[in-house]
Amino acid sequence: MALSRSYSVLPGFGLSLGYTLVYLSVIVLIPLSAVFIFTAQLTWAEFWQTVTAPRVVASYKLSFGASLGAAAINGFFGLMLAWVLVRYSFPGKRIVDALVDLPFALPTAVAGISLTAIYAQNGWLGQYIQGALGIKVAFAPLGVLVALVFIGLPFVVRTVQPILEDMETELEEAAASLGARRWQTFVFVVLPVLWPALLTGFALAFARAVGEYGSVIFIAGNIPMVSEITPLMIITKLEQYDYTGATAIASVMLVVSFLLLLVINGLQVWAGKRTGRDR
Amino acid sequence: MTFFYIPKFLKPLVIALGGLASTLAIAETTLLNVSYDVSRELYKDINPAFEAQWQAEQGDAIKVNQSHGGSSKQAQAVAAGLEADVITMNQSPDIDHLAGLGLVAEDWRSQFPHGATPYTTTSVFLVRKGNPHNIKDWGDLAREGLEVIVPNPKTSGNGRYTYLAAWGYALDASGSEAGARQFVEKLFANVPVLDGGGRGATTTFTQRDVGDVLVTFENEAILIAGELGKDKFDVVYPSISIDASAPMAVIEKVAKKRGTEDEARAYLSFLYSRKGQEIIASHYFRPRDEAMLKQYAHQFPAVKTFKVEETLGSWSDVGKKHFADGGIFDQIVVNK
Repeated sequence: MALSRSYSVLPGFGLSLGYTLVYLSVIVLIPLSAVFIFTAQLTWAEFWQTVTAPRVVASYKLSFGASLGAAAINGFFGLMLAWVLVRYSFPGKRIVDALVDLPFALPTAVAGISLTAIYAQNGWLGQYIQGALGIKVAFAPLGVLVALVFIGLPFVVRTVQPILEDMETELEEAAASLGARRWQTFVFVVLPVLWPALLTGFALAFARAVGEYGSVIFIAGNIPMVSEITPLMIITKLEQYDYTGATAIASVMLVVSFLLLLVINGLQVWAGKRTGRDR
Repeated sequence: MTFFYIPKFLKPLVIALGGLASTLAIAETTLLNVSYDVSRELYKDINPAFEAQWQAEQGDAIKVNQSHGGSSKQAQAVAAGLEADVITMNQSPDIDHLAGLGLVAEDWRSQFPHGATPYTTTSVFLVRKGNPHNIKDWGDLAREGLEVIVPNPKTSGNGRYTYLAAWGYALDASGSEAGARQFVEKLFANVPVLDGGGRGATTTFTQRDVGDVLVTFENEAILIAGELGKDKFDVVYPSISIDASAPMAVIEKVAKKRGTEDEARAYLSFLYSRKGQEIIASHYFRPRDEAMLKQYAHQFPAVKTFKVEETLGSWSDVGKKHFADGGIFDQIVVNK
C-alpha cells in the first residue's frame, strides 16, 4: 500500500503515523482479533449453530432494532436540543447544557436501576403508563429502547452543536429573502450542512447502544425470545464456561456493527460531497 | 535487566536481607475466600470469629479477606488466576470446573464432612402477606395467570435449584419425564422477569412489586420476610423441595504456592465447629450440627428435600441435559 502525504510545514508524518498504528493495534486491533482467534476454535458448523440459535437470533433483532430505533429517536430530539441550545437563550441554559452530558458520567448500572424504578408498574411514571395506557415499559422490549435512548442522548447533541454554532444565520436570511419558505430554508439550506454531523452522532449513538449492557439488563426483564439483548447472550455463555460460544456471538456483533458503521460512514461522505464539503 | 550492580560477595547478604524483609512483611498470614453473591453477610461474621480462634490457638495473627460475586463469575476469576486459598460456593459444578483445571483436588468432596458442605438450604416460596393467591405447593405455580419470579437458571445457582426442584416435584407427581417437562414449561411461562441472580429477583419482587410469588433460597426468604417487611411477606414451604448444600474446597495449587494449606484447611474446618455452625444458623442457613439444628428449630420447619445427585443424576449430566445450549431449559423457553 502506498503511503501518501501532502507537504506540510509541520514535520513528523512518519513518527505520528507509526504511533497511531501502534496505538490502534494495542488498544483496538489486538483485543478484537483475540475475539476472532477464539472463535476460530469452532468448526464452521458449530459456529453457525451457535450464532443462529433461535434465542440468539431473537436477541440480534432486539439489540440491533432497539439500537437503531434509539439512535433515530436521539437523532431527532438531539437535533432539536442542539438547535434550542445554540439558537435561543433562556434562563438555565447552561444547566441544560451540562445536563446533556450526564448520561455519560452516570455508571450504567445506576441508570438502569433508576429507570427501572421509575418505569416499573409501581414507579412514578410506570404506574400511570401501565395503569392508564396499559403499556408495559419496564421488563419489556420497550424498556430496552428507553434505556438506550437515555445513554445515547449526548452523542447527537454534541456532534451537531458545534456545526450549528459555526453556521451563519445570514445563509438562512439570504434564503428567506430569495423567497424560500420556512420549511424550504430548513430542508434545503440548514439540513444539508448538518447531515454529516447528524450521521456521525447517529452512528456513535447506535454503536454505543449495541454494546450497552449495564443499564439495559435491569430494565429488560430478560425473557428468552422476547427481551434478551445480545450482550446478555454473551454473558450467559461466559457464565457457562463456553468461551468460544461467547466469542462467536461477539464476532457476529462486531461484523454486523462494523458493516452498519461502514454504511453510515459512506452516507456521511456522500452527504458531505453533495454539499461540497469534502471531508 | 539489572538495575543495580551488586558485588558478588554481597549477594548472599542481599538475599538473606530480602528473605528477612519478606518474612517480616508476611508476619500476618492472609487467606482469600472467594465466595458467591449472597454469602457476604455470613462471612462477615465467620471471618472475625475464625481469626480470633486461630490467634488464641496458634498465637499467630491471621486475616481472612473476602471476594463476592455471581458464583460462576467468581469461579472463572479463580480459574483465570485470582489467588484464592479457598472457594465457598452454592453449587458444586463451579468447584468441579476448578477441579477439572487441576486447581482443586479431584476428591474435594471427601475432604470434609457431608460432602464438603458445612450447611444447606432449600428453595421455598415467598408470597405477599396473607397469601392472596393461596399458593401452597409447586403445582400452584403453574396455574394460569400467576406471576412467578425466579432468577435465570442459566446464570444463577439459585435459579438452577428452583428449576430442578420444580422438575423433581413434577417427576414425582406425574411419574414421567414428559410430565415433568410439561410442568416446568408451564411454570416458566408464568415468569415475567428473569433476573441474572438471586438478589436481582429479590429486588424485582420486593421493590418493584412484580409477581405473586418469589422462589428463592430459604435463608434469603427468611431474611426478606423478617427484615424487609414482616407485614408484607409470608414464607411458604412446599411439600417437597431441593437440598441446596453449599460446597467449599481448598484451592490446592494456590495454597501450596503461598504456604497456607494448614490455615486454609483450618478455616474450612472452622465452619463445622460449634461456633461456626451457630453463626451459620443465625444467618438462616441450616447447620449440619444436629444439636444446633434443634436449637434453631423454630426458624427451620421440617421440610422434605431431595438431592440432585440421588434423584436426577450427577451435576455434570444434569447440567448437560437441562442447562447446556439447546438443553431442555432452552427448548422450553424457545417453544413458549
